[in-house]
Amino acid sequence: MQWPGLMLSIGMAVAAGLVGCFAVMRRMSLASDAMSHVALPGIGLALLLHFHPLLGGLAALLVGTLLVWGLERQTRISIETVVGVVFSLALAVGSMLTSGEELVDALLGAPGTLGAWELALGLAGAAAVVAFVLTQRDRLVVALVSSDIARTAGVHVPRLELVYLLAFALTVALGLRYLGVLLMGSLVIIPAATAKVLARSLDAMFAISVAVAVSSTVAGEALAPVLHQPTGPVIITIAAAIFFAGLLLRR
Amino acid sequence: MANALEVEGLSVRLGGREVLRDLSFDVPARSALAVIGPNGAGKTVLFRALIGALPFQGIVRWAPGARIGYVPQKLDIDRDLPVTGRDFLHSKASLSRVPRQEVERALELVNLPYGVAGQPIGTLSGGQFQRLLLASALLGKPTVLLFDEPTAGVDEPGEERLYAMIGRLQEMEGLTILLISHELSVVVRYATNVLCLSGERPCFGPPDEMLTPERIEQVYGEPLKYHHH
Repeated sequence: MQWPGLMLSIGMAVAAGLVGCFAVMRRMSLASDAMSHVALPGIGLALLLHFHPLLGGLAALLVGTLLVWGLERQTRISIETVVGVVFSLALAVGSMLTSGEELVDALLGAPGTLGAWELALGLAGAAAVVAFVLTQRDRLVVALVSSDIARTAGVHVPRLELVYLLAFALTVALGLRYLGVLLMGSLVIIPAATAKVLARSLDAMFAISVAVAVSSTVAGEALAPVLHQPTGPVIITIAAAIFFAGLLLRR
Repeated sequence: MANALEVEGLSVRLGGREVLRDLSFDVPARSALAVIGPNGAGKTVLFRALIGALPFQGIVRWAPGARIGYVPQKLDIDRDLPVTGRDFLHSKASLSRVPRQEVERALELVNLPYGVAGQPIGTLSGGQFQRLLLASALLGKPTVLLFDEPTAGVDEPGEERLYAMIGRLQEMEGLTILLISHELSVVVRYATNVLCLSGERPCFGPPDEMLTPERIEQVYGEPLKYHHH
């Protein structure tokens, strides 16, 4: 593996580990997992129209995020339900738009070669997500305990919600190359779930989550070529193994 | 006496149903208002409208410079949420723009031991958690405290202590208190005014006028016993 690719995947994993902490604490694990599926129709359209598939995926994720946020506010249906409907539809439409080998790559991830601008954009995206979580941490924590308390402390709760979901969507987009549409949601959720099992404070949760995300990503990328397997499934298998080890460790 | 809060013609609709209709009352500064009424009468809805968490019609006018501390109704927190009491208070302190030392002072005011504040919030007992929320509400020197059933899930001696604490804080810090409570004996002791919410006609006035047996039967739809301690 070459160093630009390594740098980008570490950046992606750090972002995933941090964003995932709040997804898991807010009990939206399943929703987050399904959320990554919305990238597929974007990738399909991008391939049809001959522009970069990741940009198509990112665009679809942003549109899907706005849709979920708006629907939840307008209809007051739970976010799990909205995501379940919208993103399953996206997966269905996306599968029809994409075909053959391209579909497998989009679903499971294929590192391929990395252009300089992709690297720059990816690192900038990861830095933006990390900066968001670290600077907005206090708002996110208070809103997590009680959105009404957050409100009386001057937090604009709907806006915080939207920016959080956008950070989540951006994180998923960063990982499409390595993990694909089906598995990127898992890299957000599994390390954070591991951290929630083991940690007794917020700092510990962040640290454990990031450590699990980064180590399973790096190990997965190193092992995948040796095992002649696609990277995504190897990364997730390692992360899940750490999760189960964590469950045993807690006792 | 100046008013901490003035409410005129407040109406709130939720899901097509009018939960509150044309409600008007004032809360003088440094007084205590108790909001009573049966379940579903809109007590929590009223509080959430007052803090701007729900859309409403009418006028809600807080005194200029009012800072609100809010203690919500019993929250549903995961036992294994890795957020300690201190994590939460530090975050709240930073939002209220007060230095971290204030956290220790707030913990002292509510009598929460140092070790307890270091535990994950989901593992605290009902009384400890309510005191933690009270501490968080006190950060940022509020002028008004809103309590939504502060003693839900707290045992009786704990309840006594919590109300005594609220009374003491009100005096020490010169706070205005708005309180939702089912404990009519508490209401009699602490409230300056009582606002009864019940389906048809809300009523508002001092406790000895509001808490007559006839009124209580009107509000709750059945005779309800309460005893002076």
